[in-house]
Amino acid sequence: MKRSFVLGAMLSAMLFAGSALAETIKIGFNIPLTGDIPKVGEASKFAAEMLKEEINSKGGLEVGGKKYQLEFIYEDNESKAESAVAAALKLIEQNEVLAIVGPNSSKQAIPAGQVANDNETPMISPWSTNPDTTKDRPWVFRAAFLDPFQGPIAVDFVKKQFGAKSAAVLFALDNDYSKGLAEIFRTEFEKKNGQGSITAFESYSSKDQDFSAQLTKIIASNPDVIFLPDNYNEVALIVKQAHDLGWKGPFMGSDAWGSAELMPLCGKDCVGQYFSTHYAAAGAKGDTKVFIDRYTAKYGYAPDDVAALTWDATRIVLTAIQDAGKLTGNVRKDRKAIRDAMAAIKEFKGVTGNMKFDDQGDPIKCAVVVKIAEDGQFTFAESVCP
Amino acid sequence: MFDSILQNFFNALQWGSFYSLIALGYTLVYGVLRLINFAHGDIFMVGAYIAFFVATFFLGNAVSPATALALTIPLTMILTALVGVSLERIAYRPLRRKGAHRLYVVITALMCGLILENGNLAILGASRKSFPQLLDKSIYTIGPVSLTNQKIAVIACAILVFLFLQFVVTRTKTGMAMRAISYDKFAIPLMGIPLDTVIVFTFVLGSSFAGLAGLLFALSYPVLDPYMGAIVGWKAFISAVVGGIGDIRGAFVGGFLLGFVEILVVAFFPSTYRELIAFTILLVILYKKPTGIFGVAGTTKI
Repeated sequence: MKRSFVLGAMLSAMLFAGSALAETIKIGFNIPLTGDIPKVGEASKFAAEMLKEEINSKGGLEVGGKKYQLEFIYEDNESKAESAVAAALKLIEQNEVLAIVGPNSSKQAIPAGQVANDNETPMISPWSTNPDTTKDRPWVFRAAFLDPFQGPIAVDFVKKQFGAKSAAVLFALDNDYSKGLAEIFRTEFEKKNGQGSITAFESYSSKDQDFSAQLTKIIASNPDVIFLPDNYNEVALIVKQAHDLGWKGPFMGSDAWGSAELMPLCGKDCVGQYFSTHYAAAGAKGDTKVFIDRYTAKYGYAPDDVAALTWDATRIVLTAIQDAGKLTGNVRKDRKAIRDAMAAIKEFKGVTGNMKFDDQGDPIKCAVVVKIAEDGQFTFAESVCP
Repeated sequence: MFDSILQNFFNALQWGSFYSLIALGYTLVYGVLRLINFAHGDIFMVGAYIAFFVATFFLGNAVSPATALALTIPLTMILTALVGVSLERIAYRPLRRKGAHRLYVVITALMCGLILENGNLAILGASRKSFPQLLDKSIYTIGPVSLTNQKIAVIACAILVFLFLQFVVTRTKTGMAMRAISYDKFAIPLMGIPLDTVIVFTFVLGSSFAGLAGLLFALSYPVLDPYMGAIVGWKAFISAVVGGIGDIRGAFVGGFLLGFVEILVVAFFPSTYRELIAFTILLVILYKKPTGIFGVAGTTKI
């Protein structure tokens, strides 16, 4: 008697939950809330929460004349490739999300993209710039530009800004993003400045804290500039140690520098350095400024590029859901409709600029180079469009 | 080429100092209890965090950085020693009382390390901490070599700590008791030597110097995260083994040896192969001398 009562209660609870779920749209977030780059996960989550609150407070997202509440599920991928795969599988199979936003780093986005593609679930990475993430994967998209575009920008910029004829590179060997971008930079730099213009090409592993041997080698090779396509937490240590070893020349960075946590960790050593990124928060206009002001008011610091890209990526997903017309409630069918709608988006106006999508699902958009100002703000230096 | 070798010599001295300081803690506990205290790397991490909180507390109360540093050093060492001793009290002593096999104590130590890491992660969050600059950094350039006052302080500390521990272990009564316990911990209480007191003393020594290492590490590499102790701790353990675990000189030499091998491999080979070559060299050393450089063959080891 008692057992059947409990069973009945459970059944009705499940039925109730089922009917409640029919009114929501579930989107998964595969982001690094702990691990090497927790600030990246935090920025993604904050931006997504802000978007969710905005839409849910208006009654939800309208799809085919019906309003749906948004439900965002955040899975921590610990900034590890294997955890990103597990998180993607969990979101796809257990949570039955319609689409996945993330992972952010290419190191996790490349393996997780494979999982999403195999399981026919649309995935969009906000921040991944390595070409392999979306390559030959019809179900995987992104909101960021690609490294083959970013690398040459850095090469041209150091030539123009510092008159650099030689450069050294220090990158993380076990990070697809860092390694890929370092190689693109080397190829492009040598193409423009001749063989041997890369004086040192050194690597480290992600958990390293001491870079003195690599930096000694780099400084002894006497380059005009040091290129660091590395995560912000490592950049903070590398730049300080290079200064300790007597380096007085400039550094050039990539978009992985652009976290709100760079300056608290790096401090005055990073002031005056340049890096290429997705947008410049200081001096933004229009919708971008509205976004920045709201984020700053809500969370107390200016949104970094990950926050802005997550905002754009999530909005691309929501646009695709609206474009799909209606939701059937059949997860597989709906995922297919969303993927097709996402692939059909030709142009999208985001807070990180206008993007047009090519047939690989990659956006064609502008990049900016920013300078780190005295007060720690990332100020606009140059914009480069394809 | 010669210039960069000289620079790398000092780089290696600094990097090796950290391995040495941590390896000394491993070797002390092993020398007395025949126990590999795998939580030691994480005690080092806790030391760095304690130093962070103590230092920011003093700086927040308008104490000058130099005074703050002078106060942070002893306080960090005392507080970290407390952590180490509580670990012994809560985790290792009950097992020892019950006569558990050493293997179980080692596993307990591993788990304690994970608890410290993840406890830190749960309480303080994953966000990194930036260690305040307590020491006015000055960079001395002597010919081709650049040195900072921090680097010199780190190297000096490692050497002083080694000399101090070597003195305590070989020249004092307590040191004699420590060595005696490692021979026969059942006969020692019969001689009227308080077993637990000596063991606590060992943990105080090992943990307080791990705290000091944590503070110096945070000064040199001012980005703190909960996993910072794991890899450095493992490598320090390896260097203690290569030096001959249980011997103070072995830990000291082993730490510097690993530092030199790691740095010099990068200096002469592509940095891509660093760990590969570095650990192959250590493997060869152990192959030639399985007990480590200063070690003597023991009958029971883990």
